[in-house]
Amino acid sequence: MAAHRCGLSLVFILIFSSLACHSSCDSLENANEDTEEKQSVSDTPREVNSDGSIAAEDLNERRGRSTDAELDRRDGTRTSEALTPAAAARDEFQEELVIRPLHSGDIYASFQFRTLWDTDFLQEGQKVSHYRLFPKSLGQVLSKFSVRELHISFTQGFWRTMQWGQPFIPSPPGAELWVWFHDTVSDVDGNWKELTNVLSGIFCASLNFIDLTNTVQPSASFKPLGLGNATDHRFLRYATLPREIVCTENLTPWKKLLPCGSKAGLAVLLKSEKLFHSSFHSQAVHIRPVCQDEQCTSKAWELRQTLNVVFDLYTAGQGKKEWSLFKMFSRTLTEACPLATSSKVYVDITDNPEGELFELSPATPLLSQAVVLGDRRTYSVFDLTRAETFGQLRSLNLLLRWKGDGGEMLRPLLHAERYVAGFGLQTGEIHTVIYNNHPYRAFPVLLMDSVPWYLQLYIHTLTVTSKSRDNKPSYIHYQPAKDRHRPHLLEMLIQLPPHSMTEVTVQFERALLKWTEYTPDPNHGFYVGSSVVSALVPSMVAMNTNFTQDQPLFSSFVPVKEESSYFVRVYTEPLLVNLPTPDFSMPYNVICLTCTVVAVGYGSFYNLLTRTFQVDEPSLPLAKRLANLIRRIRGVPLLT
Amino acid sequence: MGLLSDPSRRKVLTGLLTRLNTPICIVCYLAGIVWFMGLAFEPFTLRTYMSENAMGSTMVEERFSSGERALSLAKEFDAHKRKAGGMPVEWLVKAMQSRGLEVFTQSFSRKLPFPDENKERYMVRGTNVYGILRAPRAPRTEALVITAPCSPGNTNNQAVALLLALAQYFRNQIYWAKDIIFLVNEHDLIGTQAWLEGYHHTNITGMEYSPLQGRAGSIQAALSLELSSDVITSLDLVLEGLNGQLPNLDLANLFYAFCQKLGVLCTIQGKLQRNDWDTAEGYTHAAQTMMLMVLKQACGRSWGDHGLFLRYHIEAASVRGINSFRHYKTDATTIGRLLEGMVRKLNNLLERLHQSYFFYLLPSLSRFVSIGYYMPAFGLLAVILLLRALDLWVHLGAPALAPSCHCFSVSLQPSSPGVLTVLTPVVISHLTGVALYLLPVHLQEMAVEHFPVSETEAVVLTAIAIYTAGLALPHNTQRYTHRLILMQFILRYMFTLLKLTALLYLAVLLGCTALINFSLGFILAVTLVPITASITPHMPKALYALVMVLLSPAFTILYCVFIYQELIEAPVSVSEGWMLFLSVISQGILDHALYGSLVYPLLALFIYPCWLMFWNILFWN
Repeated sequence: MAAHRCGLSLVFILIFSSLACHSSCDSLENANEDTEEKQSVSDTPREVNSDGSIAAEDLNERRGRSTDAELDRRDGTRTSEALTPAAAARDEFQEELVIRPLHSGDIYASFQFRTLWDTDFLQEGQKVSHYRLFPKSLGQVLSKFSVRELHISFTQGFWRTMQWGQPFIPSPPGAELWVWFHDTVSDVDGNWKELTNVLSGIFCASLNFIDLTNTVQPSASFKPLGLGNATDHRFLRYATLPREIVCTENLTPWKKLLPCGSKAGLAVLLKSEKLFHSSFHSQAVHIRPVCQDEQCTSKAWELRQTLNVVFDLYTAGQGKKEWSLFKMFSRTLTEACPLATSSKVYVDITDNPEGELFELSPATPLLSQAVVLGDRRTYSVFDLTRAETFGQLRSLNLLLRWKGDGGEMLRPLLHAERYVAGFGLQTGEIHTVIYNNHPYRAFPVLLMDSVPWYLQLYIHTLTVTSKSRDNKPSYIHYQPAKDRHRPHLLEMLIQLPPHSMTEVTVQFERALLKWTEYTPDPNHGFYVGSSVVSALVPSMVAMNTNFTQDQPLFSSFVPVKEESSYFVRVYTEPLLVNLPTPDFSMPYNVICLTCTVVAVGYGSFYNLLTRTFQVDEPSLPLAKRLANLIRRIRGVPLLT
Repeated sequence: MGLLSDPSRRKVLTGLLTRLNTPICIVCYLAGIVWFMGLAFEPFTLRTYMSENAMGSTMVEERFSSGERALSLAKEFDAHKRKAGGMPVEWLVKAMQSRGLEVFTQSFSRKLPFPDENKERYMVRGTNVYGILRAPRAPRTEALVITAPCSPGNTNNQAVALLLALAQYFRNQIYWAKDIIFLVNEHDLIGTQAWLEGYHHTNITGMEYSPLQGRAGSIQAALSLELSSDVITSLDLVLEGLNGQLPNLDLANLFYAFCQKLGVLCTIQGKLQRNDWDTAEGYTHAAQTMMLMVLKQACGRSWGDHGLFLRYHIEAASVRGINSFRHYKTDATTIGRLLEGMVRKLNNLLERLHQSYFFYLLPSLSRFVSIGYYMPAFGLLAVILLLRALDLWVHLGAPALAPSCHCFSVSLQPSSPGVLTVLTPVVISHLTGVALYLLPVHLQEMAVEHFPVSETEAVVLTAIAIYTAGLALPHNTQRYTHRLILMQFILRYMFTLLKLTALLYLAVLLGCTALINFSLGFILAVTLVPITASITPHMPKALYALVMVLLSPAFTILYCVFIYQELIEAPVSVSEGWMLFLSVISQGILDHALYGSLVYPLLALFIYPCWLMFWNILFWN
């Protein structure tokens, strides 16, 4: 046991060092104190030094104790939890991985890490300097910019709804950021600008390109997901960067926000060389205020970090329809994050009740049912906090071997796509097609379109047709663009008839930009962000409306208000539109030509235009002039 | 400008121009022709080079190896095609699905304005099958297209099979940044047209098609593949598209670079490259290649499936496998590798192909003539028209005033009846043009009822009849104008004015045509300029009428047919040539109706009426 501890302590020093990256020593001491309090197992009060090494020792000891506690827990006594007194700060960390085998043979892995920060955020003026599990970098951002809710996602790839079904948390290609500010903020735009710049630094992303020209304030599509019912959309800002490319540099800072970093727990699987060898990669951070308990007596900040990845069967090679954790991530699981209160792996086996579709090994007796996205799903659960999960080899390598063909997937009830129609560089038409695949229920959807100003929308050409009949939206919120200042914002509430295809079209004209406004690669085209379709889709089964702690994380993100329907957001693909582009490789020729024309043409024309022409009369001989002089005096007509 | 503002010097200049007008015109004409022929001479041309940075230095490695599998697939495809008696849609859908593509189909139908006798079709009904390879971690904004037409009979099976083999291989790769669309289209160009219109949700030619279900953003480039044998001796690159549009030269460079790399013989216009430019044979060879390109471009039709993509600003080319009886053979694996390399390089593109030339002529694959080099040849021809017009203008201004001063009533405002009289022949010739454009297709039923001909023959013969009938019109206009104006000098003045108008009109027409389609403009200029520049009413009528007819647009087409047949080394007899000429006319009308080719309306509505105006002048009395 001692040797084991020694090894673990080494690991823990590493963890500590990663912790030290984003939380100061000061806060760590507090953290230590808290843990001690929490786990006060008849230990003498320990003096905590500000010295890092001693703190590390401390941690080692604590680690030892927590291992003990874990052992206890494995025994099923759950002493540590029973012994934990109701402390003032009950920060909590949960981690979870859901694996869903897809019908196409691909595999979908969704990570969720949830950190609860028990602090009273509503009290203004209270300086928060107390950080345990919650990353300080984000905590400071929240307090400085009076953020009520923050959602940011980085996605590389497009979620293929028709093959993969609905994702747990949808996100558009590129970067998406939407923030609700507190209603005490006076200068929302200023806060927003600063916030995007700060976040740009934190996530190593080009979020600083978010400015007023691509920010909108949706009136209905983006409601707060956390506590409090703010409805004044003046405090909401929404922006997407469809061109943002997500890579390792964005993943690393994202991983650093985790309490265990990528050193222990599920996060060890997050190796970029595998995550970016996939069909779809999306990582997100969601921060919102939530209830601490069922009665909602106290409130807490919730930080959810999600990472969704879809691995492709074909490019993974070897031709075998077989997936394992090692094949997906080139790592296996050996332990839970020691700071996590729960650490679980779920495998979706709904379509495989008898094991006829695929074979899952190691087998687990633990099953869990959850209602997610309007469907009751069954999951095999692997609890990483239990030793028997890891078996003899002390490592968990889930193996999924397909037996037969995946078969046909149920068509998702809501699906949307978008494209640009027409050709040429003058006009075009944006088509948004929304499918309601429900056999007999109609339901309304909110369509939100944010189009950059350089596509000048002809809003009078807006048509909405379902089943080749005009479909009048019951609510339209349109904010026209201002050139170089503000994008178009179009929000519509459309009723989708059952089993129908609804087409929304609007024509646009392509603006000719000023020559400095073109990107360095103007011939690539300009991006138009995804349109957002938000809907309450009729559910096949009764949704779970009561809020409980035991729910798996993936099914508890969006609060459910009623049993009969569930909330879905669908993003369409972004558009790439070519604008009329001058030939930038020709400025020299153009300058030469124009200068010549100006020099030759202008000079001569100016000369011609300003000169007065007179008929040159031959001058009269001297005698006649004299005669004329005399005649003028006499008043007789002059000689010519 | 000082030259123009100074009346005495201006007088000298105009005097010089009017006095030396004819010699200058002759010199210009000869210089234009010589310049054009010189374009094929290698020292005068530029070597092609890759302009696009993304495709240049980063040589990709080709690993495609399933050429043999493609050939066995071709046999399978052939069997299914025979069984289905057309395109085996279900089999193709399954084959693409099993290779991991998202597969969609599109059905289309089109009733031709009159039966196409070359391809024996009238009511066309078909299905396009296409599969989309979704690039990993790409947001569906950009796509590349590889297309292979599913032709009737035995042809093109290998192309479809190679397409499927490539799809299978590409699907297993991770490096794609753009979605790749594999399209198998039925009824060659009609299928492509239906697919493109469906993809872009436009309808410009009255095609009926079912809307597309799957899309992949804006298409950056397209390659069309035509292969009909297991091994080939050379690959031919076809660039000429609809209305004489050409893809960016970088696409040709890309093809050439990979042919060089993989050691594949490559041709353009079916002609291999020669290295002996300093010999007469070498020059003739290059000149023949260039002339073929000019003729193909001038006719304004799409010479492969790629041609229709160009309208949508999609750079596209056709690669055609040729199996002649050479010893040097290339197998399917190498062709697959060549395509893999090209597609990978196109996949590397950061922007649309735009760096290189869009206007060029190719005397060989490694040499090109850019717009800056060939435009002077046309300019020299066009300047003749302007010089003649200037000459007429000067004459119209100076000596015409002298008699009109002595004249009393009519000459007070010589310009007002003048404009009217000029208007009459202009309007009449244009109405003839409109008749030539509209009547052949619309009168076919009536013609079939009254004459023992097929619909196609009816259309072509009606066109020729109207064309000939137009020649009889000048007598009408002459009588018409006679009543208005009696005096000889006014008449003379009128014809000068008409000729001036016609010359300027022709200059503008040819200039605009040459800007869009140089070859067409140049060919028309070569035949039309000499006769239009020299025509007056005071010439031997019969002789000049014959010359004018021989140099009319219709005869230009006839000559082009013969020259083309000569150049592709398949000379035809006069009667065969005549049959070809008839089919060219029907194809031209069909191309206009089916794909929106503009050569037929240009000739019928503008060039022919313009020529009629000169015909009027000859018979001006």
